[in-house]
Amino acid sequence: MDNLNDIVTILASTVRLGTPLILCAIAGLFSERSGVVDMGLEGKMLGGAFLAASVAYLTGSPWLGLLAAIGFSIAISMLHGYACVTLNGDQVVTGVAINIMIAGFGPTFAFSWFNLGGRTPNLSGGQRFKDITLPLADTLKDVPVIGTIYDGLISGHNILVYVAFAVVPLSWWVLYKTRFGLRLRAVGENPSAVDVAGISVRGMRYQALVINGVLCGIAGAYLSTAHGAGFIRDMSAGKGYLALAALIFGKWKPGPTLAACLLFAFADAVQVRIQGVPLPFIGMVPSSFVQMIPYVLTVLVLAGFVGKSVGPKAAGIPYVKER
Amino acid sequence: MASPASSKPGEIPGWIYNVILPILNLLAALVVSGILILLIGENPINALWVLIQGAFGYADNIGYTLYYATSLIFVGLGFAVAAHGGKFNIGGEGQGYIGGLGIGLACLYMGSTPWPIVMLVAIVGGAVCGGVWGLVPGYLAAKRGAHTVITTIMFNFIASALMTYLLVDVLIRPGQQNPESETFAVTSQLPQVRDILLNFGINIPPNPLNVSFVIALLCCVAVYYYIWRTRWGYELRAVGQNEKAAVYAGISPTMITIISMTISGALCGLMGLNVLMGDQHRIVLNFTAGLGFVGIAVALMGRNHPFGILLASLLFGALYQGGSQLSFDIPVLNRDLVVVIQGLVILFTGALENQFKPYLEWTYRRLTRQSVPQSTKEA
Repeated sequence: MDNLNDIVTILASTVRLGTPLILCAIAGLFSERSGVVDMGLEGKMLGGAFLAASVAYLTGSPWLGLLAAIGFSIAISMLHGYACVTLNGDQVVTGVAINIMIAGFGPTFAFSWFNLGGRTPNLSGGQRFKDITLPLADTLKDVPVIGTIYDGLISGHNILVYVAFAVVPLSWWVLYKTRFGLRLRAVGENPSAVDVAGISVRGMRYQALVINGVLCGIAGAYLSTAHGAGFIRDMSAGKGYLALAALIFGKWKPGPTLAACLLFAFADAVQVRIQGVPLPFIGMVPSSFVQMIPYVLTVLVLAGFVGKSVGPKAAGIPYVKER
Repeated sequence: MASPASSKPGEIPGWIYNVILPILNLLAALVVSGILILLIGENPINALWVLIQGAFGYADNIGYTLYYATSLIFVGLGFAVAAHGGKFNIGGEGQGYIGGLGIGLACLYMGSTPWPIVMLVAIVGGAVCGGVWGLVPGYLAAKRGAHTVITTIMFNFIASALMTYLLVDVLIRPGQQNPESETFAVTSQLPQVRDILLNFGINIPPNPLNVSFVIALLCCVAVYYYIWRTRWGYELRAVGQNEKAAVYAGISPTMITIISMTISGALCGLMGLNVLMGDQHRIVLNFTAGLGFVGIAVALMGRNHPFGILLASLLFGALYQGGSQLSFDIPVLNRDLVVVIQGLVILFTGALENQFKPYLEWTYRRLTRQSVPQSTKEA
């Protein structure tokens, strides 16, 4: 039973660590499937985290914080769109600019608003999203196996975790079962065909970026008002880039991307868990090496050693109408 | 760079794109920064003045400015070399970090050898380590079609994890908590400009500017020579401009990509010469501190030309140093503001470069149509 408890604990923390990755990766999926490469996931999420924590602290409501985070992320996405879609600027450079700008933006304003050395005050009680105990979790707790899994793994997360897991099938449905999704995918593969069909390429890309902003905003709010308790400098800690890696690993498809996010989060959870604990047969494994796994895997996938991942054809290329 | 002022009618001379446009973009970034400072509730003009004074006001401030510029020259040049070959090397951070390992190991194990010899070995060590960190993504891009943007980012993270492991578990000074190596022997530290000036009886306050600044300048010359004066540089630019055409000219894009990414990584790898061998005198955690990313801004601003990169490095070095003075004088404007300004500069010079371009071209055409080309310098 002890083993099962251990496994459930690791899996539950996988779910918690995976949530921002899933939200960001799906955000990236929408924008990249429409043909806009998004290196700026990290910055959008971090900006969302800052606004969510600030507004939640000032108003006492995490929901208002969430709204503010979404609004801010959408605003950055629109800037992204203006640079890349309207002005046909370099998409990678835009992403890098967003990341650097926001990395400084949060601490700067946190410093001037709260005077706390680049972070927001700690959030407490009602200022955060609380963990939800699903119905019957307490009653079923003592049922062997099923009860442990239900209580330890499925129940007891905050609302945003469930949102993230709901976003995946929803985005699959939107992408593959709706007219909007068909157009979105077409814009990323062959924009001139879409243009000829009388649909605005720019319009589609802006719409994709709005969805992208919403999801990044939720991811940011999760970091600072659900998973953590307040904004701290660089709290996204490369998760945006990791989400991008998961997106590539998942070949720009919702299901596989979810799997990749969970795999990376699992590596992270294990890495925390095995610090200072010798493993059977291998002995001590420095946690740094476990930390490397997602990055090494992504490189191997990109290089085609483990499967082959081919992105949307038109991603990264600004669409210029033929003259 | 310098193209004749008047060419075909309607054609825009190079200096419009290479001089006027970056200045306009920089001004736009400064204006937005000023608005942010206003939002915080401070006077932007006053802040700018403090920043300029902080960067250039006294000898030691200039020393710090040049010290930061030195690191930026290395990574800026590194980015530019890859960019001329059409590759986006976002991995300057990791390449600089791993290069620092090579430099640090050279300094740690050369004991009491005189510094010029240690420096030569360290340059080789840094270039080889950084070079390998560029070579692998370069190879994967050329042979396996893996996009350098993502692979180099991944290599940044791998470098970071690797260095954490090495500093925490292997290189750490015995009996010490901080993850940092032993201090380098005095003989394997680069002389600081302050000490050199002391020999001439000039006493300036302490600052970390050191001999590696000269190495950085030499690298500028070498990169200029490589890109514009050698066959390899010609091939590099040919591949960067049009890979298919280059193949018909008998150039192998595969080789060129691998070589240019290696050189790019090697240049970034030399950053440690300045930070570790010149200032910290030991290997420390995260000594690159985001400079690898700022190198991208430097190269964009400097239009991937060594002279432009030198100027842009001075500008960003001044921003760093002036920014710390700013946070000292006006505490509410802390160093993070400088990061925002850097981001804005990248945004305006890189991402929004098409913002002012059409207006500038239009203005130029109007001005040249009405008057003789002589008066164009007012544009």
